[in-house]
Amino acid sequence: MQDFIQHIINGISLGSIYALIALGYTMVYGILKMINFAHSDVYMVGAFAAYYVARFFGIDASPGIATLITLLVVSMVCCSLLGLAIERLAYRPLRNAPKLNVLITAIGVSLFLEYAGQVVFGADPKVFPEVMKDMVLFNIGDVELKSFDVTVLIVSVLAMLGLQFLIFKTKLGRAMRAVSANASVASLLGVNPDRIIAFTFIVGSSLAGVGSVLVGMKYPKIDPLMGMMIGLKAFVAAVLGGIGNVGGAVLGALIMGLSEEMVVAYLSSTYRDALAFGILIVILIFKPAGLLGKYTVEKV
Amino acid sequence: MKRLLLALVLVLPLLSGCTKKENEIVIGEYDSLTGSDATFGLSSNKGVRLALDEINAAGGVKGKKISLVTLDDQGKNEEAAAATTRLITQNKVVAIIGGVASGRSKAAAPIAQTHKVPFVSPASTNPDVTKVGDYVFRVCFIDPFQGYVMAKFATENLKMKKAAILRDVKNDYSVGLADVFAAEFKKRGGEIVADLSYQAGDIDFKAQLTQIRSKNPEGIYVPGYYTEVGLIAQQARQLGIKVPLMGGDGWDSDKLSEIGKEAINGNYYSNHYTTESSDPAVTEFIKKFKAKYNETPDALAALAYDAAKILVAAMERAPDLSGKAIRDELAKTKDFGGVTGKITLNENRDAVKSAVIIQVDGSNRKYITTITP
Repeated sequence: MQDFIQHIINGISLGSIYALIALGYTMVYGILKMINFAHSDVYMVGAFAAYYVARFFGIDASPGIATLITLLVVSMVCCSLLGLAIERLAYRPLRNAPKLNVLITAIGVSLFLEYAGQVVFGADPKVFPEVMKDMVLFNIGDVELKSFDVTVLIVSVLAMLGLQFLIFKTKLGRAMRAVSANASVASLLGVNPDRIIAFTFIVGSSLAGVGSVLVGMKYPKIDPLMGMMIGLKAFVAAVLGGIGNVGGAVLGALIMGLSEEMVVAYLSSTYRDALAFGILIVILIFKPAGLLGKYTVEKV
Repeated sequence: MKRLLLALVLVLPLLSGCTKKENEIVIGEYDSLTGSDATFGLSSNKGVRLALDEINAAGGVKGKKISLVTLDDQGKNEEAAAATTRLITQNKVVAIIGGVASGRSKAAAPIAQTHKVPFVSPASTNPDVTKVGDYVFRVCFIDPFQGYVMAKFATENLKMKKAAILRDVKNDYSVGLADVFAAEFKKRGGEIVADLSYQAGDIDFKAQLTQIRSKNPEGIYVPGYYTEVGLIAQQARQLGIKVPLMGGDGWDSDKLSEIGKEAINGNYYSNHYTTESSDPAVTEFIKKFKAKYNETPDALAALAYDAAKILVAAMERAPDLSGKAIRDELAKTKDFGGVTGKITLNENRDAVKSAVIIQVDGSNRKYITTITP
């Protein structure tokens, strides 16, 4: 029983990291109806940005909340800029091209970042600086709740609530929803779709930045290919919850984290990655729109 | 005109490739200079270069200087095979010093065997590597020996009765060590209470460690690479597991302590050599290595250094530089005084020598004991 509770804690903690990255996939899809495969590599660049800034300014010498916030800001700013640049240089020129072209471009950008990352940062793993001291908040028997796990969970829940507020309670959010519904009609009504799309990339990418610092804090080994697997899983989580749906992304991510943990605990770690894709296939067969997604008829 | 230029551009590199210097012997090396275990390859390359520089400074082999061609395998099996083909067919090397990982050697060695080019691996410890054929050698001991050494150390020195295993299922090396450790540990009256797995590239090991924790082992054997072992050690300590972790030479990198921080301290691994040795061969090697690269050589550098020295010694003894002549002399290597111990190649072309047990202590590596075959 103790083990089971520990597995649940581990799973939720893993799932909340997937959630932060899944939010980025879901947002871009919601607005542009495209899958930004480069999202997980923006996340990777965020981790390295935080790493180099921390090393250069010696921020890691004093772990604590202030360090965490500084690195979060650094990583969010770098990721936003990169996200903006990718949108401007790679996706905007293809705005009116067929969907498939944009998808291929996204994969191209992803591969470019991964391999350029190996050239620029070096392919060997780097050690993320110590951002905070991990503390035991409370324990019952062998079950321990750690401050890292709680921090990750709190930050991802805050990010999700912030997003919900942004999308449903602000003028900008209304414009985003308008562009999502129909970009050309929205532009007739005085919304600048290019601006809104750029903004979506800023928000989505900065969430990836948050994710990268939290992952770096929890698993202090970063390398240029670190985004690959976590990106795929976050993407599956977004599809599982209903891509385009913010709450769905978080729900999907938690399900992914928990089920992965349980599979490793009670079956075998070899099935860990197979599970993600198994879930994806099952969902696509039985509920193509995802758990919380709305089924819409595609206009031809 | 454009076509002419294009033709020239295509032909030029071929022409320049033909202007090989007559008084030079070319040795090939492929290594993981980039990729997830790049520190292994970089160390190994430094060891080879140091050895060849020394040999060249002393006049080379048979009055000729040796030049080294190093190709990067990026830590991938298929790249290792491609690099080996290129070394043999384009660079016309007389012998190849192979890479560090067994998987890559298994992909590359058959190519060397087919072309009858002697192949010496510095650090591929999987038993199957030298079974490829009679042109394939290695200067390190093999996996079963490392698993055996750790099981012996755990039962005799640490008095362990119950151990758990956490192996990297994707990695031949890790699986090999784990299997032999399990068999030997049981043979010595111990019990394996859990045998779980992970995959290279994973970052979360809490599920496996939580399970291991519930079985209360007295030690955990984690024969993986430093990249994951550092994280495993941290997460084990986070879950309150206090028993020692044990591993093999895959732990041997400075990154291990960087990633694992305090959590990795006090744990044991088996290795090829120790920098704490007072053997003059070792101290001399460390001094020269530090002077050239300004860093302390790890075991990979020492093994690669020995591999290059053994290969060149065989070339010097050989009547000519044909593949067969070098191979025959390599096979006769006996009691070669290397940095990693006295090296004798047995009938399977594997080195027979002792292993050391090292305890991690910050960036220091504390020598604990030597275990002989």
